[in-house]
Amino acid sequence: MPTALIAEDEPLLASGLRADVSTLWPGLQWLPSAGDGRGALDAALARRPDLCFLDIRMPGLSGLEVAQALAEDWPDDDTPFPLLVFVTAYDQYAVQAFDAQAVDYLVKPVQPQRLAACVTRLKARLAARPSIPPAAQAGLTQAVDQLRALLGAAAPAAAPRLQVLQAQVGAVVHMVPIEDVVYFEAADKYLRVVTAEREHLIRLSLRDLLPQLDPDVFWQVHRGTVVQARCIATAKREETGKVTLTLKGRADKIVASRLYAHLFKGL
Amino acid sequence: MADLPLPRTASPLPSIVVRAAINQFVCALVALLLWSISPHKGLPMMLGYSFIIGNCCWLFIDGSRALIGRWRWRRLGGIKEWPGMPWMAPVVVIGTALGYGVGSEIADALFVQQSPSLGSSTPALLISVIAASIFVYVYYARERLHAQRLAAEAAERQAAEMQLKLLQSQLEPHMLFNTLANLRVLIGVEPQRAQAMLDQLIAFLRTTLAATRVDHHPLRTEFDCVRDYLALMGVRMGPRLQVQLDLPADVRELPVPPMLLQPLVENAIKHGLEPLVAGGRIVVSAERRGDILRLAVRDDGVGLDATPTNGGTHFGLEQVQRRLVTLFGSAASLHVSAAPDGGTEAVLTLPLAASAS
Repeated sequence: MPTALIAEDEPLLASGLRADVSTLWPGLQWLPSAGDGRGALDAALARRPDLCFLDIRMPGLSGLEVAQALAEDWPDDDTPFPLLVFVTAYDQYAVQAFDAQAVDYLVKPVQPQRLAACVTRLKARLAARPSIPPAAQAGLTQAVDQLRALLGAAAPAAAPRLQVLQAQVGAVVHMVPIEDVVYFEAADKYLRVVTAEREHLIRLSLRDLLPQLDPDVFWQVHRGTVVQARCIATAKREETGKVTLTLKGRADKIVASRLYAHLFKGL
Repeated sequence: MADLPLPRTASPLPSIVVRAAINQFVCALVALLLWSISPHKGLPMMLGYSFIIGNCCWLFIDGSRALIGRWRWRRLGGIKEWPGMPWMAPVVVIGTALGYGVGSEIADALFVQQSPSLGSSTPALLISVIAASIFVYVYYARERLHAQRLAAEAAERQAAEMQLKLLQSQLEPHMLFNTLANLRVLIGVEPQRAQAMLDQLIAFLRTTLAATRVDHHPLRTEFDCVRDYLALMGVRMGPRLQVQLDLPADVRELPVPPMLLQPLVENAIKHGLEPLVAGGRIVVSAERRGDILRLAVRDDGVGLDATPTNGGTHFGLEQVQRRLVTLFGSAASLHVSAAPDGGTEAVLTLPLAASAS
C-alpha cells in the first residue's frame, strides 16, 4: 500500500488536500501532515513515504529546500526515492521552472480536474517504478537531475560581491578578506567561516550569502557548504554517489552531496 | 507666428532642428518686411543680414537657455529645458543685444561693399529687435506651458502609480489565492465558518478598494481593515497566530490616510511570524500623545536580524515611508526597531493637526 506525506503550514489546506486526494485514491496511506519544512524532512527520512506533497512557502525550510535535503540525505539502501509534488499558491517563477523540468506541481486553490490528472500520473509512475535493487536507484538519479536544474533556475539574482567579512568576537571585529575563506558551513542560525588559520562564526544565512559570492570562485558542494574551488586538493568519489574533498591548508575533509557530485567529474 | 507648431515630444525630429527651422522662417519674414520698407537695398542683401543676425541672436539666447536650464536641473531637479521666466528675461535682452552686435559685424565683413552698414539702419534694427522679442516670447511662453504640462502629467502619473502599487501590495496574489484555497476547503467541511470567512474577505476587499479612492478615513475604519485581514490570516495560520488590537475611544474617529497601518501589519506577519514554526503574537495599538497620533505594530517573531536584507523585502515599509513624506513632509515618521522582548516593532507617528485637517 503506497504511503504519502503532506507538508503544508496551513492546517485547513493540509486536511483539504488529504481529503481530495483520498477520494481519488482510496488505498493511499497517510503519514501525519507536517506543518513546517524541518518536520517534513525528518518525517520523510524516518518514514520513507512513496509520495510527498511539498508546499513551497513554509516556515523553517521551503518546499524546495526540503526536496534538496531529501535528495542529499536519502539513504543509500534500496528504498526508492519518493515522488515529489510541489504545491504553491502563486509563484509564476516557480511554476515556470516546474513546467520546464516536468516536475509535478499543484497550484492552490487546487482545481479538481488538475488534481485528478496529477493523481493518475502519480499512480502510473508509481506502478512503473522498478523494484529490482540497481534500477531502484534510477529514480533517485532522475530526481537529483531534476532538482539540480530546478535549484539552478530558482537561484536568486546575483547581488554585489562581498569583499570582506566582518566577524565579531567579543568587542573585537575581525576583518576576513573573502579570498582567505577556505569554506563556509551553515550551522543553525550561524555560518562557520573557515580560513587556513582559524574559523569564525557570523550571523548570516548561507541563503543570503550565496548571491554575494562569485559562483566561479566559490562552489556550493552541499546545501550547507560552499568551498573556494582553488582550496580543493583532491576529490574522491564514494560508492554512495557522494564525493569527499580534501583541502589545501586544512586537515578537515568536506563532503560534496550527490546533487553537486557532477562538479567533480574528472577528465 | 503665434500658431507655430510646437516641436516637442510628438515631433519625430529633434527639437533643436525644428527650432532652427522656425528661426530661419522668422528670419526670412523679417527680411521680406524690411525689403518692403526699403526695396532699394536689394532682397539678397536683406536676407543675408537677416539670417546672420537672426541666427546669432538665436544662438546666444537658446544656448544660454540650454546651459542655464541644465545647470539648474542638475542642482535643483525640475525641468531641464526651461529655467524659468526670471532667468529668461535677462537672457533675451542680453542675447538679442549680443546677437545683434556680433551678427552685424559678421554681415558687414561679408558684404564689405556696403557702406554705411545695413545693420545700423534704424528700421532694420527696430524690426529685428521686435521680431526677436516676439519670437522668443511666443516660443518660450509655449515652452513654459509645455514644461508645466509635463510637470502636471508627471505628478498625475506618480499619483496613479502610487495608487496602483498600493492596490497591488494589498491584493497580493499569494495572500489572495491562499485565502481562496482555505475558503474552498471550508465550504466542504464547515459551511458556517466558510460564510464568515467569505464575509471577512469581502469586507477586506471593499475597504481596500475604497481606501485607494479617499484621502482620509477614520482610524476605526483602518482598524476594521486590519481586523479583517488578521481574521483571514487567523483562519489560515490557525493557533499559530494570536492577535491583540488596542483602539482607545478618544482616537477612534481621528481621520488618517488610508492603508498606512495595514502594510505594517502585513509586514509583521510575513517577515516576523510566518517564518516561525510556532508562530506568535501581533499587537496593533493606537495612542494619542499630545498633538501626535502614535500607531504601533509589534510582533514577537523572528526579529530584524533574521530578515534578509536583499530582495526588496521591505517594499511595504518603503511604500509607507514614501507616502508619509508626500503627505506630511518631516512632521510624520516611521521607525522600525527590535522589540524589547524579541521580535520587531514598527512605530508610526502622525501630526494630529495635519491628519485632522
